[in-house]
Amino acid sequence: MRVTETAGTAYYHRVVDCQWACPAHTPVPEYIRLIAGGQYTEAYLINWRSNVFPGILGRVCDRPCEPACRRGRIDREPVAICRLKRVAADMREDFAPLLPHPPARKNGKRVACIGAGPASLTVARDLALQGYEVGVFDDGKAPGGMMRTQIPKFRLPDGVIDEECGHVLGLGVELHLGHEVKSLGAMLDDPRWDAIFVGTGAPRGRNADLPGRKEAAAHIHLGIEWLARVAFGHTEKAAKRVIVLGGGNTAMDCGRSARRLGSADVKIVVRSGFEEMKASPWEKEEAQRERIPILNYHVPQEFVHKNGALKGVRFQIVRAEYDEAGRRSLVPTGEPDVFLECDEVLVAIGQENAFPWIEKDIGIEFGRRGLPVLDPATFQSSLPKVFFGGDAAFGPKNIITAVAHGHEAAISIDLFCRGRPLDVRPPHGFTLVSQKMGIHEWRYDNQVSEEGRKQVPTKALEKTLKDIKLELELGFDPLMACSEAERCLNCDVQTVFAAKACIECDACADICPTECITFTTDGEEEDLRGRLKAPARNTAEPLLVAGPLKTGRIMVKDENICLHCGMCAERCPTGAWDMQKFHLETAQAGKEAPRI
Amino acid sequence: MTYLAKPRLFRPDTPKNALGYTRRDYEGAISTLCAGCGHDSISAAVVQACFDLDIEPHRVAKLSGIGCSSKTPDYFLGNSHGFNTTHGRMPSVLTGAALANRGLLYLGVSGDGDSASIGIGQFAHAMRRGVNMTYLVENNGVYGLTKGQFSATADKGSKNKRGLVNNDAPIDLVTLALQLGASYVARGFSGDKTQLVPLIKGAMRHLGPALIDVISPCVTFNNHPGSTRSYDYVREHNETINRLDVILPKDRITVSYAPGELRRIVQHDGSVLCLRKLHADYDPSDRVGAMNYLQERHALGEIVTGLIYVDAGAQDLHHYLNTVETPLNALGVAELCPGAKTLEAINESLRHG
Repeated sequence: MRVTETAGTAYYHRVVDCQWACPAHTPVPEYIRLIAGGQYTEAYLINWRSNVFPGILGRVCDRPCEPACRRGRIDREPVAICRLKRVAADMREDFAPLLPHPPARKNGKRVACIGAGPASLTVARDLALQGYEVGVFDDGKAPGGMMRTQIPKFRLPDGVIDEECGHVLGLGVELHLGHEVKSLGAMLDDPRWDAIFVGTGAPRGRNADLPGRKEAAAHIHLGIEWLARVAFGHTEKAAKRVIVLGGGNTAMDCGRSARRLGSADVKIVVRSGFEEMKASPWEKEEAQRERIPILNYHVPQEFVHKNGALKGVRFQIVRAEYDEAGRRSLVPTGEPDVFLECDEVLVAIGQENAFPWIEKDIGIEFGRRGLPVLDPATFQSSLPKVFFGGDAAFGPKNIITAVAHGHEAAISIDLFCRGRPLDVRPPHGFTLVSQKMGIHEWRYDNQVSEEGRKQVPTKALEKTLKDIKLELELGFDPLMACSEAERCLNCDVQTVFAAKACIECDACADICPTECITFTTDGEEEDLRGRLKAPARNTAEPLLVAGPLKTGRIMVKDENICLHCGMCAERCPTGAWDMQKFHLETAQAGKEAPRI
Repeated sequence: MTYLAKPRLFRPDTPKNALGYTRRDYEGAISTLCAGCGHDSISAAVVQACFDLDIEPHRVAKLSGIGCSSKTPDYFLGNSHGFNTTHGRMPSVLTGAALANRGLLYLGVSGDGDSASIGIGQFAHAMRRGVNMTYLVENNGVYGLTKGQFSATADKGSKNKRGLVNNDAPIDLVTLALQLGASYVARGFSGDKTQLVPLIKGAMRHLGPALIDVISPCVTFNNHPGSTRSYDYVREHNETINRLDVILPKDRITVSYAPGELRRIVQHDGSVLCLRKLHADYDPSDRVGAMNYLQERHALGEIVTGLIYVDAGAQDLHHYLNTVETPLNALGVAELCPGAKTLEAINESLRHG
């Protein structure tokens, strides 16, 4: 098998599972260590650089990092990464003096961002720091986009959104609220803008076009529109009995909001099976904890009404069948249809993109599902000075993906405004620093915690169910945060192996708690994986291969189960193993791309 | 060494043996030896062997003397019986224990100082009496605990870390054991566990005195260019005579080699030693041949490793003394002290002899 190339960022970034899974590549272990050490402000700053909205994401992130967390593969549950991020936001001190300042002299370039959601604000921040003059346009009353309109306040209070949007706007970004952009053509004609970024999200809720929809329209609402009305206080009551159609996070938010607006009987009804629902597992748990039943394999057939007064919804019962390619189809079981009574229906079965304000003839091509045709790496549209990001780019995803898009689009806009090619991207920076301080002393706490995952304390359910603005979760206190932070395996502290120094004494292989190190004869990867001391069956995780050693054998380490306890390095008599901290400095706008 | 205990976190597919134990269940306390010590590898090999043999930890007694090697029983089989004796006295304490309770597996752990210097008399008599034990010598050629003086097994002409040359002739415990009647004699190398683990397994399933001399480099005092016990030297001069597989009666024999290459030796308890020959003319059942071969190879500067000699039909001290099958510690007072009348009868029978 080929010896692993560990130079550069590719390999060491890949094996920090959480950071690799995070679309914005937030240095997770680094900020978790800072939290364990009580350095909340520093932890917040690291987050702020990568994901712009630590306080928001610490409450409502989709957490792609947590299913990837190595702790989850070696212990029962992953580290509570998301809620630790909130700790940094909750407990930080004033960090304004530590924030970077935009240059006093502007670079003379102007960029318009349409929409004031996470993608646009990320673009605005990255570019403002580089001396761009950025204008943000939004038709709403306050910045934040879907974070403000679609996420209920009991999960994400307005104060947090105000504060974190404020940090971006404080960099000199001009915000134009209540300003609906009605024509992109007009903006293109405006000579002020050197580039335009479109971050308008996926603003249209998908409708359920079933019999009775029109007649009972007064009692049937699109989920995201209803949530927005709730967010701004226009809707203050829900009907007595509510059915939510859909199985995504929006459906969970609708159900839980209805519960708080006085509905005694809320049901979430979904076509698919419970396991395949789009909602995150923890969101489903939260809904169930609030005594909202989730009924699966129910396909809505008809809104039953009497002269426009909604009586309920009729459902067909189905089961899932999979063909040879693993594709699912929902097949009626033949059981009689089920009728569920209700007074109000919230339809949360998906969102769509809509760009009625972009003229068809100005040169922006649209493709599948009404989405713009974009270069997937640069986010540039077919009209060179227009860029897209967030849900507006590739359809509905999540906040952290929108932030990641924003960073890349900002890089593209910066290159574009400087007349540089967009496809030559600036490289990530990194440092790799030995953590050794003494024979048994490391600059990180290498003792592996055996504690279980901590549950975030909440306010009393009875209380929060009465007040939709009352935030449910209290967040970790410092002691819980420290204990949870200690569960992090420090995957960014890399086991760096120097084959030349190895005398093959086996000390590392003998001490390794998970038996992830093997000295063996070379072979093809598949064969090698099978005959390691602990067979490496998770092929998604790479092997660290080094050698040939003096005996002609190779050293193979399975990254899948390494605890980063540093015992191999402590037992190594020749220093062939060392624990070195890998810190990835992701490229952001302003970083120079190599010249070709 | 390290200060931290190993975390009790397991990979999800951690293998378990027939008793439901993992390898980790056969470990002991965290080692306090120098980082990279060959002895730690031997401890790991013992752990592996006991795991593979499905040994119940409470059926093992591990005894040792004094020295780096004799500290190691603390680092494996944490749930077994242990006795750390005075310097060089492990064989006699073990002999006593083995006589009192023949129901346990006896593992004597010693070093070159403990067995070839202060305890050489004890070593010799345990071998010649035929005590049923596995005698593990962790042999590094130096006194590591007292800063690396030559031990009695250091080769003549080899150099210590400061460059001084050893003028004394070495004691070869393997040759001594062959001469003194050990019925299972092997030499291993701590840097080659694929060879060492089966040698330990074979010894633990052998009836009679089994000696394994394990070359175990001392990384602190004896792993330098002038040493003949360094990782590099041993790897360069290792003359492996055979490869061993130990197959338990419950297992199906699946090893397949060309005819003549493989030799099967069935031990007392039904376990099978499958020996893959690496030297066509080497016969591990020929004691005299083995001794000659060792001398020849030693003269060439080679270190012979593998299963050097085995007598699968050997007997042990209990057989020679004709002791009862029941361990003495399981007998009641009536059996152990049958009374004055019985003593009288025995004395009477001897008077007419």
